[in-house]
Amino acid sequence: MNKDNKCCCGNQVNAMAQMDEILAKYAEVHGALIPVLQAAQNAYGYLSKEIIQYTAEKMNIPISQIYGVVTFYSQFHLNPRGKNIIRVCQGTACHVRGAKAILQAIEDNLKITAGKTTQDLNFTLETVACIGACGLAPVLMINDDTHGRLTPEAIPGILAKYS
Amino acid sequence: MDHIRAHVLICAGTGCVSSGAKKVEAAFREQLAQKGLDKEIKVVETGCHGFCEMGPLVIVYPEGVFYVRVQEEDVKDIVETHLFKGRIVERLLYKEPMTLEKVPNYSDISFYKKQMRMVLANCGHINPEIIEEYVAEGGYAALGKVLTEMTPESVVDEVKKSGLRGRGGGGFPTGMKWGFTRNAQGTKKYVVCNADEGDPGAFMDRSVLEGDPHRVIEGMAVCGYAIGADEGYIYVRAEYPLAIKRLKVAIQQAEEMGLLGDNIFGSGFNFHIKIKEGAGAFVCGEETALLQSIEGKRGMPRSRPPFPAISGLWGKPTNINNVETFANIPQIINKGGDWYASIGTEKSKGTKVFALTGRINHTGLAEVPMGITMREIIYDIGGGIQNGKKFKAVQIGGPSGGCLPEEMLDLSVDYDSLIQAGAMMGSGGLVVMDETTCMVDVAKFFLNFTQSESCGKCTPCREGTKRMLEILTRITEGQGQEGDIEKLEKLAKNIKATALCGLGQTAPNPVLSTLRYFRHEYEAHIKEKRCPAGACAKLAAYNITEACKGCGLCKKVCPVEAISGEVKGLHVIDQAVCIKCGACMAKCPFKAITKG
Repeated sequence: MNKDNKCCCGNQVNAMAQMDEILAKYAEVHGALIPVLQAAQNAYGYLSKEIIQYTAEKMNIPISQIYGVVTFYSQFHLNPRGKNIIRVCQGTACHVRGAKAILQAIEDNLKITAGKTTQDLNFTLETVACIGACGLAPVLMINDDTHGRLTPEAIPGILAKYS
Repeated sequence: MDHIRAHVLICAGTGCVSSGAKKVEAAFREQLAQKGLDKEIKVVETGCHGFCEMGPLVIVYPEGVFYVRVQEEDVKDIVETHLFKGRIVERLLYKEPMTLEKVPNYSDISFYKKQMRMVLANCGHINPEIIEEYVAEGGYAALGKVLTEMTPESVVDEVKKSGLRGRGGGGFPTGMKWGFTRNAQGTKKYVVCNADEGDPGAFMDRSVLEGDPHRVIEGMAVCGYAIGADEGYIYVRAEYPLAIKRLKVAIQQAEEMGLLGDNIFGSGFNFHIKIKEGAGAFVCGEETALLQSIEGKRGMPRSRPPFPAISGLWGKPTNINNVETFANIPQIINKGGDWYASIGTEKSKGTKVFALTGRINHTGLAEVPMGITMREIIYDIGGGIQNGKKFKAVQIGGPSGGCLPEEMLDLSVDYDSLIQAGAMMGSGGLVVMDETTCMVDVAKFFLNFTQSESCGKCTPCREGTKRMLEILTRITEGQGQEGDIEKLEKLAKNIKATALCGLGQTAPNPVLSTLRYFRHEYEAHIKEKRCPAGACAKLAAYNITEACKGCGLCKKVCPVEAISGEVKGLHVIDQAVCIKCGACMAKCPFKAITKG
């Protein structure tokens, strides 16, 4: 955030208003850094440098330590992400039921590799170690929806629903 | 009060919801209201039945008829034919995979017959979001009993007597752990429930939390009383949103009824539970890492001693148990440690919930007494291997466990026999593999997992698993060298002996167990540059058999023009040009192309 409360698009807003609310909510909680970052990411989509700096200042935690926590957990992201998050399960049960081919089909369809975001910011493609829906293997999640018993042929149809 | 003549139970676990259970439920409510049956037939949303493969599941009581893979459009039929006319809808019944026989009744299905559902008793039968349903099944009686009739010492003794061992993987005696924390110095102590179920292929904790959350809460409160703690934390994976939601509801309801909070049952005992959401790090399932994570730090393990029982959360004595362990506690208190100890084997007591997955007919959760054989679990409960293929191995215990071959199928499933066989109980994931699974690839898969989840604190795990993974990768890509197997064994031995925490110490297990039982597959990869299962893409050789009709489709689809042949004549693949993409095999209408 700039000093004059201008966001990168030039609008005059207090970009940290939501951050203040989150920090106030956890002010009295012991060991609150991770829930604060989770709430911040929910609100802003990702953890920008500004958010991390602001959190460090307000919580009185060294920025290096916050950066350490953010990069340790796979849930936190330092870059903007797509509107729809695809998480393809690569767990054991899915692996033996052909998860690799599913991931390949999505990579081919979206023309991005795992870990990347499409240029139009519509999809971010990630892999996940297990979402605990092994009964439906192979599975993937798009946002909060689980899609199971997949075949590579089913992928274009599923993705089209989110485009 | 209206007389309810029938109940329609709809599974609302993660598996069934993603197969469309919510739509089915809405359709039932709508159809019943339309027919004016909504006063006499009650629709109940339940937790997981464990038979996720067949979801969405619907059970109609009083008959106990079990309908599988029910879709929105089937609801009309069930309402009109079953609930209105009293006839079973045959086409939606479960069919036994071996005999193809249709089984109408829940308890007669082979998947459930051999199970002993104690921890999972309520899952799928009560609405997990209504505390009264848990209480009606005897819930919170154990908490009442310990607070009004028992001393903390006698609670610890009862748990010791039961022989219960930790269900999270290590198998440490629970009663002993409670005793350590109880005897530790200090007035402030904590109870922590480890619900960071990260093992790929395990989902029993998720099902218990989604299907019967009060059982876990009750177990934690009993533990709090026994060790002298007034505060508890449940550390849940963020990947389990439904479990988190149901836990929040359950905690709130328990607080409203005075079963959590201050002065429970007027006994002067206080106990509060908070939920901490994980942020996606497998290593946080390790107890010291988990505590770091609750404190808001990087979840890195530390060396023990001191054990958490002496110095845990914020330096205070802390007792950490897994979800399933806590879920066992209420029945031990209610029925006594001796009763519990009468189930199972000499050193492994009670039941264990397994998650059956992979190439098996019945994917799902199965709770069985300790000491059952692997064969009974896979064939009698699991219904055998999919598509009539041949059994090859079962992977047990997740990334810390091992693969057992066919000759070990009659092994008794208990903590000690599994360790001896080179596997471990772990959290209870069972992944069944058939002849199309390559064991070197499986070992690589697990190593890849532990490697990327290694926290990097200790060198053996950080560097050692990386070197092992490099060797395995090169073997699966046809670059294996003489001496690679010996190098893997040496690295494995050193990592096991020197890594800081359980993750590192057990990371080599999948490699060691596959080397022990499937060494010939490693040798085939290294010496013959061949993958016997045909799973390693870079080693696969595609060949066209006599079944070829010469249609030319494969030739057209081949991206590198490796296929030649005349129309109506046998086609041939030039192995030197082939990039093993598999496009020809997928396209061939006559199944004339083989891989191996």
